[in-house]
Order: sequence, then structure tokens, then C-alpha cells
Amino acid sequence: MSMRLRIASNIIKQGFKGVWRNKGMGLASITSITAVLLILGIVLILILSLNNTVMDTREKFDEVQIFLEDEITRTQLQEIEKKAKETDKILYVIFKSKDEALEEMKEGWGEEGYLLDGLEENPLPHTLILKLKDIEYAEDVVKSIENLDGIEEVQYNYDIIEKLVVFTNYIRTGGLIIVLILILVSIFIISNTIKLTVTARKREINIMKYVGATNGYIRGPFVIEGVVFGLIGAIISILAVNYGYNYFFNAANDKLYVLFTVYLVPPKALMQDISIIFIAIGAGIGALGSLVSMKRFLNV
Amino acid sequence: MIRFINVSKEYKNGVKALSNINLNIEKGEFVFLVGPSGAGKSTLIKLILKEENPTTGKIYLNNEDITYVKNRKIPYIRRNVGVVFQDFRLLPNKTVYENVAFAMEIIGAHPREIRRKVPMVLSMVDLSKRAHNYPHELSGGEHQRVAIARAIVNSPPILIADEPTGNLDPETAWEIMKVLRDINRRGTTILMATHAKDIVDAMKKRVVEIEKGTIIRDEEKGVYEHEITHS
Repeated sequence: MSMRLRIASNIIKQGFKGVWRNKGMGLASITSITAVLLILGIVLILILSLNNTVMDTREKFDEVQIFLEDEITRTQLQEIEKKAKETDKILYVIFKSKDEALEEMKEGWGEEGYLLDGLEENPLPHTLILKLKDIEYAEDVVKSIENLDGIEEVQYNYDIIEKLVVFTNYIRTGGLIIVLILILVSIFIISNTIKLTVTARKREINIMKYVGATNGYIRGPFVIEGVVFGLIGAIISILAVNYGYNYFFNAANDKLYVLFTVYLVPPKALMQDISIIFIAIGAGIGALGSLVSMKRFLNV
Repeated sequence: MIRFINVSKEYKNGVKALSNINLNIEKGEFVFLVGPSGAGKSTLIKLILKEENPTTGKIYLNNEDITYVKNRKIPYIRRNVGVVFQDFRLLPNKTVYENVAFAMEIIGAHPREIRRKVPMVLSMVDLSKRAHNYPHELSGGEHQRVAIARAIVNSPPILIADEPTGNLDPETAWEIMKVLRDINRRGTTILMATHAKDIVDAMKKRVVEIEKGTIIRDEEKGVYEHEITHS
């Protein structure tokens, strides 16, 4: 083994010894890191689910519905289609007649659909659906056709989606700010934990310095100690989020909240990302915490 | 070996610890550094160990300018200087052997080299039989001999002893002085700060006296107090 390798293996050995020696205080670090990561996990799931919802909604609502007068003529209808297509912001056009609309509604009502049989007259209008290339074009398209004859009402949902996007952005920034604050807090906690270790080993550090140990050699074991604590915290949180979210997701799916779970990110898609993020942040917090706590002791 | 040229040190709080120090210690010398507490002995040692930077002047160690060096180079300078303190500074949870081996592990010495060198140094300070005892099982003199063994195990050309006999009774103090003299005879340059008048007087080595931050006396084969102060 070369000199460098021996030094590195010494540092690692000392680091793991430190983990064992300070397991009590380590518990405090692990707990705080786990708490931070769990909250981060919840925030992440929330943000991703919201994102999912927004994307979904965008797709579902990127259309303009034109309710037509019952007496509309074929020429009027063709004129509307033509004008809309001229904007070049339309993917395709669907025409839904009164009868089709009623049929669809019956299906949607399921067992209660027979109730609609009692209607003397179909109250639903003919509908022309303009599928947009992008939700943002809604207003332009509407403008191009709204003054044409035969139109009873035009409906589109641009403002709803706009609001949803703004709302998601708020949640996203808010969540990130909370997570950032929590990360800082846990760096503070872990640095204090390690500071206790460092103080307990002040003597040793002092001697090491006089014998000519480099700062890296002195710092190394503490950084490893911090990283190990961080990783343990990360693993605990990964398991907790994995089981917790799976349980929640399945429970929600089983019961009456199917509508709601549609908007949740499926656990499988999430776990890999969460694991990577947790491990990186856990190790990072651990390393940073010990570096912060060491700073004062190395200035001799 | 150690060279101070017009070195002054003023601490940030305005205390002038050393002014205009010129000192040249040659290889293989044994030098006593004497003077009242607060005269500047500790500051002088701190400058050699790079715990402090001088305000003005130049310092050379092993013909190398160490006046200002980068922080990350300091450990490598310290490997050329063994240090022994009044309070021994041993690691209580390590045996005598481990305390000495520790100094070699830090610099990445080969385990074979450690197994060879540590017993050798322990026998030099006459502690072979104590190798597997813990510090709390040792006497004061033995403590200091372990500290000396640790200081010289990496064969530094210079050994600095900051009042190494300060906590010891006179008889034990002499044991330590014999060990230091042996080490010096093997070629290690020694700079020892002390208040032990009888030791300085009996050893008949070079004496550098500091008072209020300046060297007021520097004589070969000197004694603790200058004759003039007696009369």
C-alpha cells in the first residue's frame, strides 16, 4: 500500500470508529436528518402530484367548446369550422350532435341514466369542439369565431388553468423554501452534534496538529462520521416514505378516493428519484455539518 | 537550523511580544531559552511551529524560509520539528506504544516501519517495559518520556521542549534531561524553554535569555542568571 492509501484507510477507520463511539449523539443527527428528509419527501410528492394534475388538466381542457343554436345551417357550421382552422391553432375539430351529447350524458350517469329517458325534449345543444394545439391559443381562436352566426355560447377554461399554474408555482416555491430552511436547520443540528465529538477529541486534534497531521487527515474522520449519520437518516427516510406512501396510495385507491389518486404520482415512478435525492441530501448535510463544526478547531 | 532575522511580533490586541529578535541556532546545538514568564519565550516557540506569523522579519527553518507559508503547508513544516510540552499531552485511551505509533500513522508510515521504529524509540527513552501500559498507569517522568518518544519517532531534525520538566520533581527532571542530552548527542538540535535554574547551570549549554521581548543575553556554556545580576 502506498502512503496515500494508508492515510486514506486510517481516515476511514477513524471515521467509522467515531460513528460507533458517538452513536448516542449520532442518534440526534440521524433523527434531525430523517425529519428533514421526511418533510422534503412529503413536499416533493405534493409538488409532483400537483404538477401531474396541472399537466393533466392542461391536456383535458385544451379545447374550446362551441354550443350551437339548434337551427344552425350546414353553411354556418362550415363557416365556423373554416374560420377556426384558418387560425392554424387547431389540431382537429369534433362535431357532437344534440343526440350524441344526450347519449354520452346517459352513459356518464350510469345506472341513473334512465332518468333522462323521461325528458320530453333534448335540452342539450349541438356542440363543436375545437381541440387546440396549446391551451394558450384559446383566446385567439375564440376571437376568430365568436361573431359568426349560429353560435349560442363559447366556453373555454384558460383562466382556470392559468390559476392552477400560478397556484402550483406558489406551492413549489413555498415547498422549496421550507425544505431549504429545514436543510439549514439540520446542518446546524448535525454541526452541533459533531461539535460535541470534536470538543471531546480536542486534545487528540491538538496533538495531531503538533505531530504534523494535515487538516484533511484531522477533518476526514469527522466528515465520514457526518456522512454516515446522514446516510443512515437517508435510508430510514427512504424506507419510511416508500412504505408510507405506498400504503397511503393503495388505501386511497381502494376506497372512494379513486378520483383523487388519479392526480397522485404513482409510488413506483417516485421512489428512484426520491432515493437519489435523499441520499445526496443526507450525505451532503452530514458532510457540511461536520465541516462547519470543525472550522474553529483547525485554525491553529 | 533555526534562524530569526530581525523578527518582531505584535499581537492583534496590541501586545508587543517580541521585538527585533536575531537568533541563529546551528545543527546539533542544545539551546536553553530562559527568562521570566511573559518575556516572549512561548511566542518565539509559536513562531517556529507556525502557530503565529511574525509581524516583521524573517524566519528560516532548515534553510527554508518559513516566514509566511500557506496553511496547508504548515503540517509538513511541523514534521521537521518534534515538540514536548510541560503537560505531556498524551492520549489517555491509547497505550504507550499506540501513543507513539500514532505520530507515525498520521504521516502514513508503513506498518512494518512503525513496528520497527516504535520499540526502538521506546527503548531509547527506557520505556520498553511500559509499552502496553496506559498513561494513567505511568508516573510523571514516564509520561514525559512517552511524549519525547512520540516527538522524535519521525526523526525530526529539531526538538522543541517547552518547560519539559516544569511538572516534575528534581530527580525525575534530571532523568528527562539525560534523555534529551542523549537525543542531542545523536544529532538532533534541541531548543528548550525552561525556568529550571539548576538544570541550566549544570548542563553548561548555550543560554539565550529573553526579557520583555528582546534577547538580552546569548552565551555559550551559560548559566541561568547572568553574573552581573548576582553582584
